[in-house]
Amino acid sequence: MDASLSTIPPPDGLLIRVEHLTKVYKLGDFEVHALRGISVEVKQGEFLAIMGASGSGKSTFMNILGCLDIPSKGNYFLEDVDVSRLSRDELARIRNTKIGFVFQGFNLLSRTSAIENVELPLLYCSTSNKVRHQKAISALERVGLGDRIHHYPNQLSGGQQQRVSLARALVNDPKIVLADEPTGNLDSRTSIEVIGIFQQLNRHGITIILVTHNPEIAQFANRHVNFRDGKIKSDQINPNPKSAVEVLKNLPPENPEDEL
Amino acid sequence: MKVVNILVSSFRALLRNKMRSFLTMLGIIIGVGAVIAMLAIGQGAEYSVKEQISALGTNVLIIFPGTQQQGGVRVSAGSATTLTENDAQAIMNECPAVRYISPGTRAGGQIIAGNLNWATGIEGTGADYLTIRQWPIAYGDFYTEQDVKGATKVCVLGKTVADNLFPDGTLVGQNIRIRNVPFKVIGVLSKKGQDPMGHDQDDTILAPYTTVKKRLTWYPYLRQILVSAASVADIPVAQNQISELLRMRHKIARYDQDDFSIRNQADIVATATATTKILTILLASIASVSLLVGGIGIMNIMLVSVTERTREIGIRMSVGARSKDILAQFLVEALVLSLLGGFIGIAFGIIASTLISDLAKWPSIVTAFSIILSFGFSIAVGIFFGFYPARKAAMLNPIDALRYE
Repeated sequence: MDASLSTIPPPDGLLIRVEHLTKVYKLGDFEVHALRGISVEVKQGEFLAIMGASGSGKSTFMNILGCLDIPSKGNYFLEDVDVSRLSRDELARIRNTKIGFVFQGFNLLSRTSAIENVELPLLYCSTSNKVRHQKAISALERVGLGDRIHHYPNQLSGGQQQRVSLARALVNDPKIVLADEPTGNLDSRTSIEVIGIFQQLNRHGITIILVTHNPEIAQFANRHVNFRDGKIKSDQINPNPKSAVEVLKNLPPENPEDEL
Repeated sequence: MKVVNILVSSFRALLRNKMRSFLTMLGIIIGVGAVIAMLAIGQGAEYSVKEQISALGTNVLIIFPGTQQQGGVRVSAGSATTLTENDAQAIMNECPAVRYISPGTRAGGQIIAGNLNWATGIEGTGADYLTIRQWPIAYGDFYTEQDVKGATKVCVLGKTVADNLFPDGTLVGQNIRIRNVPFKVIGVLSKKGQDPMGHDQDDTILAPYTTVKKRLTWYPYLRQILVSAASVADIPVAQNQISELLRMRHKIARYDQDDFSIRNQADIVATATATTKILTILLASIASVSLLVGGIGIMNIMLVSVTERTREIGIRMSVGARSKDILAQFLVEALVLSLLGGFIGIAFGIIASTLISDLAKWPSIVTAFSIILSFGFSIAVGIFFGFYPARKAAMLNPIDALRYE
């Protein structure tokens, strides 16, 4: 494994602190309250599952955590920096260096090879071509796609595409990986395989925040936060998270998803 | 984002839609090509007009007698009986800026050679006339100073006259009769063609002005004096010297008008080229309209491209692209289109102007200036029309761009 992943998190490292976060969208004349005062803290190294029905505000919350959107009110501290006061460019810098995204629809650049997709974040920070290439290859190897670096998204299966986007999220050694329904487009076996990679990353200190409405997927996380109507309904530790490796062992053998 | 990386990704994006990129460039290609070709044609016209006028001879000044004034009634210019042979002699002796001089008079009449005849003008000139006008003799000789002094009955034929009177070509040494006065043909002028006003300059006969005066016109004054200055820079100097000398010789009081006029070649050239300059500007401005249309084409395609690639923009922003990175990417794409189009357009324009000048027998001149101008123009078009779509892309909200379907 990569040396950068073996850093041990500080015991009480507080990564995210969110205070009274609200988000109001204006749709014509009336206002939509997507978030109605969210306060939550996330420590480094946690594996958080955010759950809730659609429209409960969990995606909005996720976008704000990912610095893709800004809150209407409230504060968001990322490593003690008040992110809600930063400029567009500063937010871009944080997305580039501290946050990795994994989306339900993969969001890969089509007609662009796997390795170039993974290199994308490194294009926006000063990295030499050589280092960029090496980092991208090692990120793809980490997600088990070392043999497909020059494939295009349309030559890869759903699970493989999601792994490419995971490699892209990892390539710049982020503090947090934010995943919005990462298994939403995958079958159950592939889902567990992808979750397995998340668990593996988490063991190496990367904080994972995962949005899902599938309770089975949430079982793999060690903390569950439930959203309802823009508020946190419950926030509890999962004392016995499932291990994806174990689950996969017990699944009946299947055709490997690599075969297209 | 590094410049190289921006260039690479711009080229890739353009290559992904080859046909569309080419069609977009076509607007610029035609625009730049048209500007270059039109400028080349305009400048060719200017050049050929200049060439025709300087065919009269360079550094040339023409002195005409002024208007005659009799008790307030003015008669047409050139009718004054003020220019004399002595004036011509004085100019030669006392104006250092003057190199050659040729007093002139004119007659017209029917010319008979054997059983053929022809009507034309007879130009009485000095021996230096052809030197001043830079007009070589085709064969035979020109008359000398000796002929002028002795008023010998010799003449030199223009090409048109020679062709009409002596179709078989042997004419040196033959006699012709001008208004029943026999003249011996001693030479033929080389072909000069038309002057800027369309007169056939070859339809003329040259003879010593003394002979023309004595045998044909019996008019004691000169119709004109042709003078060449020592150099182009000496033209105004010569003009001043002549003017002062003639005023003094003609005893003109300080505030009275000249009784002669001096026309200089540069003025005629300036007037004529002003016309062709207008033509050039007109052609170029019509052509630049198509460059403008090409630019609008770029803007149109870039706007479509921004809309189509909204998700790509969102993805790039989500992994850390700043607004200026996105701006640079789209601006560079527009610039690559317009620059590439500009390059091809220049080649196209040069080929087109060569073709036109070959087909229309019209000179065309592609100058470095017109290449730089249209190239600069296409860069400007790229930046100007690329900026709005690029800015539109850069100002997108990351989350809106990501969600765009």
